[in-house]
Amino acid sequence: MNPTRQSHYPGYMVGVFLIPAVIIAVVLVAALTSLFQYSFRETIPGSLKVGDFTLGNFGRMSAWIYLKVFLESLMLAGWTALFNLLLGYPLALALVRSRSRTLKAAILIATVIPMFSGDIVRTYSWLIVLGKNGFINGSLGSLGLIASPFEFLYTPLGVTLALVQYSMPVMVLILAAAISHINPDYEKAASSLGASPWRVFVHITLPLSRPGIISGSVTIFAWTLSAFATPQLIGGGKVNMIANLVYQLGFSNFDFPFAATLSMTALALTLLILAAMRLWLRRFETVETH
Amino acid sequence: MDRFLDYILKTLVALTLIYVTLPSVVVVITAFGDKALMMFPPDAWSTRWFVRAIQYEDFRLGIVNGLIITSWTTWIAVVIGTCSAFAIERFSFPGKSILEAILASPLVIPHFTMGVGFLILASGLSLSRSYGVAIACHVVLVLPFVMRSVYVSLKNIDPALERAAASLGARPMTVFLRINLPLLAPGVAGGALMAAILSFNEFTATLFVTGQNTQTLPVAMYTYIREYADPTMAALSAMMIAATTLFLIVVNRWLGLEKILAIDSSHHR
Repeated sequence: MNPTRQSHYPGYMVGVFLIPAVIIAVVLVAALTSLFQYSFRETIPGSLKVGDFTLGNFGRMSAWIYLKVFLESLMLAGWTALFNLLLGYPLALALVRSRSRTLKAAILIATVIPMFSGDIVRTYSWLIVLGKNGFINGSLGSLGLIASPFEFLYTPLGVTLALVQYSMPVMVLILAAAISHINPDYEKAASSLGASPWRVFVHITLPLSRPGIISGSVTIFAWTLSAFATPQLIGGGKVNMIANLVYQLGFSNFDFPFAATLSMTALALTLLILAAMRLWLRRFETVETH
Repeated sequence: MDRFLDYILKTLVALTLIYVTLPSVVVVITAFGDKALMMFPPDAWSTRWFVRAIQYEDFRLGIVNGLIITSWTTWIAVVIGTCSAFAIERFSFPGKSILEAILASPLVIPHFTMGVGFLILASGLSLSRSYGVAIACHVVLVLPFVMRSVYVSLKNIDPALERAAASLGARPMTVFLRINLPLLAPGVAGGALMAAILSFNEFTATLFVTGQNTQTLPVAMYTYIREYADPTMAALSAMMIAATTLFLIVVNRWLGLEKILAIDSSHHR
């Protein structure tokens, strides 16, 4: 489908088109490089200057207070990915297979708008839902179901609830893309052979959507590791993820070198997870896709 | 049995949809509450928080800064994104896959990491937290989306049109300017709108790279939440949700969001 390649594009044209891209690429690499080299610098307490090169920051990271944050982040990411999968799959299925245009539109809207609304708006809304006088406590209270308000804010549960909803759009989109690639002929063949819709789902649709399940879950997991606004506002300092720690170190302690170390580690972790996912998904490339 | 399962599925979908849209709905309703507490449901109604939101000085400054940063980001990202998408799609050159990977990497790099990186880069270059740093950061962040949008349009261009122009004697650059570019208009416009929305609403990276003078609206909102707990924020959020929705409706009209997000279910004819 590529009609025009290489041969008759003049050199100057290639240059003109590529130079801006290269500039941006250089800027991006420069930012990451600065981060990288800062993670090896020594912090000078009480000053924004940095000292010599050292590996001390990485050693410092093994302290329990920091490891704890990594572990808690991994745990929250895990729960978020799991619940996202369980709740997002039906939505994705409906989005692709439903015959109702209104349902499809509703799902698409509900999914896409949050993606573009920005972290702060989305997270703030949860403060009202989860607060002592908020939606959940207010409704349960007025229905007489609970005696005193339930604590959602500043707990891992509250943060998870918000995180799941936060990344649901991504999960739904990835799953929907995978499901839409399944040739419906397989499902039709199965049901023409007498399989009930449930069997068709379990034995045909679900297995064929495995690449999407893996891709979606791992992507959400990696994404959630980088969450900032949600744990910052809803965690309120009690539930800290990596990003919050980095922010604290940078802006409360002015310890940017160590913040850089943590950021680099988180980045490496994220890339490792995504690379592992890529390898895992290679196995499925032999499955027929369109 | 299957009816039962079908019913369960439908209920699950409905409940999940409610769960996903709940916060936005709650926020909008709270915005119209009268009391200065964040309570739900409000027991008295008023629109005064909307007035306060519009009048609050920090929010105004935030909007102005946001518009400055976003407009620069948008047009820079659109120009670079269009050229890059075209170049990557059509040209062959050494290092192409590396360039592609670098330009797409912001999709996997945490925003806070980008923020810290740009902050350190800026201080290393002795730049203060000026608009420039924020704009550079935003361009990097929104570029993948602009490129995706242009790719979609690019793939839909009938190559015969380009060949026809070339056979009539047009040089490749002329073909680009007079055939490709007009046909890419939906993709470019869609990309521009997405870049604008994403840049204006961006919070995490912006928090790191902006200061008191350059803070955008989301950052100003964050500061506000930490000090006050009244429905002003709810009013502001409601307005932002409305604006974002409007923008997305326009983008959808122009380009079809399904295609950009790759969930086109019309793969099978």
